[in-house]
Amino acid sequence: MSALLNTLATALSGGNVRIVDLTQTLSPDFPAIVLPPEMGQSQPFRQEAISKYDDRGPGWYWNNFTLGEHTGTHFDAPIHWVSGRDLPNNAVDTMPAAHFMAPACVLDCTKESAENPDFLLTAEWIKAWEAKHGQIPKGAWVLMRTGWSKHLTDRNDAVAYQNMDATGQHTPGPDTEAVLFLVKERDVIGFGTETIGTDAGQGFHLKPPYPCHYYMHGAGKYGLQCLTNLDQLPTTGAMIVAAPLKLRQGSGSPLRVFALVEEA
Amino acid sequence: MKRKDYSGIAVAVPVTIPYVRYSTHEAHWWLARVLRELIQGAGIKKSDIDGLCVSSFSLVPDTAVGLMQHLGMSPRWLDHIPMGGASGVVAMRRAARAVQAGDASIVACIAGDTNHVASFRLMLGGFSAFARDATFPYGAGGPNGSFAMITDAYMRRYNVKREDFAKLCVAQRDNALKFPHALFKKPLTIEEYMNARPIADPLHLFDCVMPCAGAEGYLVMSAEKAAELGLKSARILSTIERHNAMPDDPMQLTGGWVLDRDEFYGMAGVTTKDIDFIQTYDDYPVIALMQMEDLGFCAKGEGSAFVQSNSFTLDGTLPANTSGGQLSVGQAGAAGGYIGMVETIRQLTGQALGNPVPDAEIGLVSGFGMINYDRGICTGAAILAKGD
Amino acid sequence: MANPLNRPSRKNPIVKTRLPTLPPTTRGRFALGLTAAATEGRFELQVCADCGAVQYPPREACNQCLSVELKWTPQSGAGELIATTVLHHSNDLFYRDRMPWRIGMVRLDAANDKGPSVVAHLHGDVGEAPSRVRLTARLDRSGQAVIYALPEKETPNMADDPQYRETTCDPKFRKVLVTDGKTALGQAVVKALAAAGADLIWVGQAEPWKMSPGLDKLREFPQVAIVPLDVTDADSVNKLAAEIGGKVDIVVNTAELHRSGGIGDRDNTDTARREMDVNYFGLLRLGQSFGGAMKFRAADGQSSAVAWVNLLSIYALSNFAPHGTYSASKAAALSLSQCLRTELGAAGVRVINVFPGPIDDEWNQLLPPPKLGASVVASAIVKALKDGVEDVYPGDVAQEWLTKYRENPKVLELELRGGGM
Ligand SMILES: [Zn+2]
Repeated sequence: MSALLNTLATALSGGNVRIVDLTQTLSPDFPAIVLPPEMGQSQPFRQEAISKYDDRGPGWYWNNFTLGEHTGTHFDAPIHWVSGRDLPNNAVDTMPAAHFMAPACVLDCTKESAENPDFLLTAEWIKAWEAKHGQIPKGAWVLMRTGWSKHLTDRNDAVAYQNMDATGQHTPGPDTEAVLFLVKERDVIGFGTETIGTDAGQGFHLKPPYPCHYYMHGAGKYGLQCLTNLDQLPTTGAMIVAAPLKLRQGSGSPLRVFALVEEA
Repeated sequence: MKRKDYSGIAVAVPVTIPYVRYSTHEAHWWLARVLRELIQGAGIKKSDIDGLCVSSFSLVPDTAVGLMQHLGMSPRWLDHIPMGGASGVVAMRRAARAVQAGDASIVACIAGDTNHVASFRLMLGGFSAFARDATFPYGAGGPNGSFAMITDAYMRRYNVKREDFAKLCVAQRDNALKFPHALFKKPLTIEEYMNARPIADPLHLFDCVMPCAGAEGYLVMSAEKAAELGLKSARILSTIERHNAMPDDPMQLTGGWVLDRDEFYGMAGVTTKDIDFIQTYDDYPVIALMQMEDLGFCAKGEGSAFVQSNSFTLDGTLPANTSGGQLSVGQAGAAGGYIGMVETIRQLTGQALGNPVPDAEIGLVSGFGMINYDRGICTGAAILAKGD
Repeated sequence: MANPLNRPSRKNPIVKTRLPTLPPTTRGRFALGLTAAATEGRFELQVCADCGAVQYPPREACNQCLSVELKWTPQSGAGELIATTVLHHSNDLFYRDRMPWRIGMVRLDAANDKGPSVVAHLHGDVGEAPSRVRLTARLDRSGQAVIYALPEKETPNMADDPQYRETTCDPKFRKVLVTDGKTALGQAVVKALAAAGADLIWVGQAEPWKMSPGLDKLREFPQVAIVPLDVTDADSVNKLAAEIGGKVDIVVNTAELHRSGGIGDRDNTDTARREMDVNYFGLLRLGQSFGGAMKFRAADGQSSAVAWVNLLSIYALSNFAPHGTYSASKAAALSLSQCLRTELGAAGVRVINVFPGPIDDEWNQLLPPPKLGASVVASAIVKALKDGVEDVYPGDVAQEWLTKYRENPKVLELELRGGGM
């Protein structure tokens, strides 16, 4: 083993490098993305035992499950959006393996999101963050920490997590300028959120609609959604492992996403 | 055209196999025993029986046919008579004609049923198509409901009281106390009758027969044959049967006997005044009363007064159901259709079992059978006289 | 008049639950016409096509002229009670639990005065013989028709007569699960059940994060409890069954997924799958989770488990291509409901299928009228429970389809194929 990986192994076993699981548990009642009913619908997660040490299989337990690619904590590939449809290596099976690991910058918008569920992360806000924490490096994940996952993990409140009313969903996300800044000025690897989409709940009304999907995927960048435990990450310095399932021409996939965090 | 009479026919060898409440045997066992006693009683060989009439509910899946192989019988004449309470009369009619015509020389008429703990309940569900579809689903799970309604309508229509039925039931119980095979051995009082628990209003406990196991039988042959065998026998003065009479009557308040009554007494050459005792079919007392009216012992609607003015006991006026009838002896399935006939033969041949009717010369026996839906379908009657 | 039913007292938890028994179930094949009519609330007897004689009990040939052309024909039921009895004893387990029980003999009116005599159960408000009554055919707990004599005119609290209630599935004082309260129809059903005196109404809510405006209004009803229930999720169904399955007396399965379109309107099976998942598999999941407990509780006092209502569609009878995959899912549900009927029927729990014509909702926007309002279907459901029937076809469209279907299902299919309806 190389010295570097040996050092990592020692750090992992010794606790100097901690693994933080950023994944929500997939269960049938996990909230699914809501689209107008006449459109195609993503299948929610469903799980049924094949056998459970019973007459269907006396000594073993296993399940069948069904779900859409964009269910639970999941990964978005560029091919997911029309803007990324013609890019090379744009699906989960063809994306470069090198992209499975990347450093993370955690942008803490908890306070703003608590005050305003429609909070939009702006380029100005990001620049102010950089003034304090340094420039976002090329190839980094930008993770928007909003505390939104607590609706599920702490309160099991799917209604508050979705936060819908007659005008649609109200959850925080980036505005168009912020996305363009991250894509063009910082060349990030992707954008991650605690909410059910990388775009704001009202992102349909931005220009273009759903700018994070549009520009990120249009530039070959990725998305991570329904993340949790972002509050356990340092503002910078965490290493994200996000390797989606190798689905043929998959547009995304549920995945176990976690971070390596070096203890201070 | 005048019907041919029944002269020259002898009815003999009355046999009752004592009843029991429940039996673990099948009907075949009971029918074998009665047939064996008939053969022994007549002093003949098994093969001398060349004709049989058989009645039994619990013989299923067999009929008279299966029973012949079961018992090793080879008759040249065989009849299965599924007529319940009319079977005893009808069997005698059939057998007499067979003997008159020479189709058979000695006909054994037998009826018997077993009674397992569950067999009465099981039998009811399969009793008839109409019962299955139109009475069984209405709760009684047996004939009580239908007879209760007949009794209800009859009591209102003819102003009959429970006290009238009580009188009949108590008289029959008195008779039964002298009959060794009766299952009921304790006297019955009017008070006990009136205070019995209700079964299906207006029927109470002592209006209902008790299902049991048992068998009955007798032989039919020519008078010459009976004499040759040295048997005490009775003669048939007249006999009738009728089925599904007056189907448009809303309820059965009158039985089929009325249709043939005049010809019946005409052939016999007697009137009701000449009858020394009667055996009515008594699955419920209302039916016994109906027979007294419809066979002319009193006018229709005068049954109540008639009952109150007779004693029906062995030594009283118009002895009725001299062995106690089914109400006091028990109802052994199809044998219930024979109990009156066998008792009549015993009385007329001097073979009464401790309960003789003094100076009995002429007896009338009546049958009523098969409550297919809301009423009994089969009726029959016979007048027998002491043999020459 | 019948004594009004009192709210049943709470169940004593240490007393053994009486196991369900059935009244006699067996009928001859030729008697089933009585039941077939009774499943839709009609009283029909065989009438001779040659001489007009009305026949009872059911039979194969006319008792007047021996014609075998006997036609099941609706009857007024008017007749005279001529004898009665109160049964205090029975050999039948079902009736033994319900003694005393009153029956009577009724002479049906007939022009020739040869109306048949009919053994009938008596409603408590029927007086002593002789008196005028009207006969109806009702389904008893075995699911077979029996004839009931009712007083000639309506009397107060008629439905509360205990002997009569044995044939109904009246929601009064019963606990009901409405599987989907998010639709206008589901909400109308809840309101109709509340008006009919249901004791408690659980109302299922799937995907609670999706707005369902009328649902909050239901919370104003004191007897309503909104509960999580997603019939596409076995976990959700099982979880709810574990909580309330031992109390549910009536299931009204209003959960349905309806999208327009046939085979050529889409190029994947996603929509059809979701229709099947709700309309067919949803029923299957509910049956697996709730059926067993309902069977066990089918004789649990005066408010026993009693009925299961399925919201089907008249399109279950014959495919309506513009709503082709939906029609297919409802046909599948119809078939499965017959399986459920056999299984629950063994314990005396009735399965009621409701076949409405098009309902006036967003998915039938482009269909021309007549279209059914949700409250009309809801009323039909509650009426079916009160009448204890098996099949109801609410609305003019459904009635027309049914008539044509009965006349000749192939002709109906051809007519639909040609766009003729
Ligand atoms: Zn006719």
